[in-house]
Amino acid sequence: MSNIEQTAANVEFDQPQRADESSASSDKPGLTIGRHGLLALSWLAPVALVIIWELLARAGWLSPQVLPAPSKVIQTAIRLVTTDNLLGDLGISLLRAAAGFAIGGSVGFTLGILVGFSRIAEAAIDRSIQMIRAIPFIASLPLVIVWLGVGEAEKIFLVALGVTFPIYINTTLGIRQVDPKLVELGRVQGLSSLQLILRIVLPGALPSILTGIRYALATAWLALVVAETIGAQSGIGFLAMDAREFLRTDVIVLTIVIYALIGVAADAIARLLERRLLAWHPNYGAAR
Amino acid sequence: MTFHVSPLHVSPPLSSSTIPSPAVVVSHLRRAYGSRVVIENLNLRIERGEFVALLGESGCGKTTLLRALAGLDPIQGGRIVAPRRPAVVFQEHRLLPWGNLWRNVSLGLQHPDARERAGAALAEVGLGDRLDDWPRNLSGGQAQRVALARALVQQPELLLLDEPFAALDALTRIRMHELVRVLVASHRPGVLLVTHDVDEAIALADRILVMRDGRIAFEHRTKADASTPIARADLLAELGVLASPLPA
Repeated sequence: MSNIEQTAANVEFDQPQRADESSASSDKPGLTIGRHGLLALSWLAPVALVIIWELLARAGWLSPQVLPAPSKVIQTAIRLVTTDNLLGDLGISLLRAAAGFAIGGSVGFTLGILVGFSRIAEAAIDRSIQMIRAIPFIASLPLVIVWLGVGEAEKIFLVALGVTFPIYINTTLGIRQVDPKLVELGRVQGLSSLQLILRIVLPGALPSILTGIRYALATAWLALVVAETIGAQSGIGFLAMDAREFLRTDVIVLTIVIYALIGVAADAIARLLERRLLAWHPNYGAAR
Repeated sequence: MTFHVSPLHVSPPLSSSTIPSPAVVVSHLRRAYGSRVVIENLNLRIERGEFVALLGESGCGKTTLLRALAGLDPIQGGRIVAPRRPAVVFQEHRLLPWGNLWRNVSLGLQHPDARERAGAALAEVGLGDRLDDWPRNLSGGQAQRVALARALVQQPELLLLDEPFAALDALTRIRMHELVRVLVASHRPGVLLVTHDVDEAIALADRILVMRDGRIAFEHRTKADASTPIARADLLAELGVLASPLPA
């Protein structure tokens, strides 16, 4: 009796939700699983992998020296946060990345604007920039160490170097790709040169610039890992190198996981920026 | 009522209007791309409140003339005298996808109450409730109405229309014709409509010009006896569509 009542109540309660789902999946006909089901399915494989890893480690198939169990890594993380200075090291790494990104991003954006708007600037500096860009920026690390020593300046410089080029290239590209018909319209409406740049050229170049920022976030992170691996006295990379000395595989795995998580977070921030700033764009905008 | 008026006084009599003033005067215009001359010794005068349609085959120079009047291209000879900067509606709506409708309409408007003015202009084209909507939510006809509002909010004395209805479906085009007729009657700019549609020219214009080889080859005043068969056949003959022109 009470069972039947409960079912009836459930059906009524479920109805609005079901209506929601059918409208959500109506975009793509033929889907039977629904959006939440697909989300759950996409998480199935990674979760299963972690569980298998844990089981293998506990069964003794994986030596803790080779790959410690996920639970052990989590314990290590908690211990390092409470007794050691994991958060401090994380903060230092983030600060280095942010400083390098700010410097490299400003340089790349400024040069990109110059070259995007001026054929003369393009002729004067574009070839040089393309030549420097051909060098894998990590290959310049020994030279950078000779110039700046092993310190903060060297690390920030390397990050900035990695960030400059994706921002530069995508800024010039974005400016070049702005629809000339819209620029012409701006002239017809009587916009000044500055208004033309602010209201038509830069908004039109924004999708490309944001793509550059997303690439730059990835290279910034890569540059930081490399820079911190060599002669750091603090930061996540220092933690990893220090752990290597003492064969602390759990700490090494933890630092790798932290690098990965921060990479994911940076990408999420870039995507959020795209969704916010490009709400008008049919390929990015979430809201109508 | 017939129109026996000199070329200087072609605008229809209005109780409020006094002496007609030209929206644009073109004299001895020459326009060339390199060595290829597109427009040679062209003279044209459009009064405020006068609706002029410009017909012609593709490549006859009619869009070149419009772009010269808009100040988009340099001219190689002659003079264009217009009291103020003309407003232009292009074949494509050219709305900025990153601006909502009122920002699009007020583009280039130097006014503290730009939003109110844009709202009033949008209301005139029947989109007064869509100020904060985005261009991508508009149909082709709606987008072209916004482009029209953007042109009229500048209160132009000369309105240049470059085949603005060519990309619209037949029914929407008829509605746009009606809208343009109403808007031009209330704002009274001089209008130059470049089109390849003879019926559109007859439906809208006070005066129809046919351009050929960079000159104005034919002129017809249509206000009094609109869409007479002879006028239509004449125009088609001038455009080279009919083999021989009917006797006028």
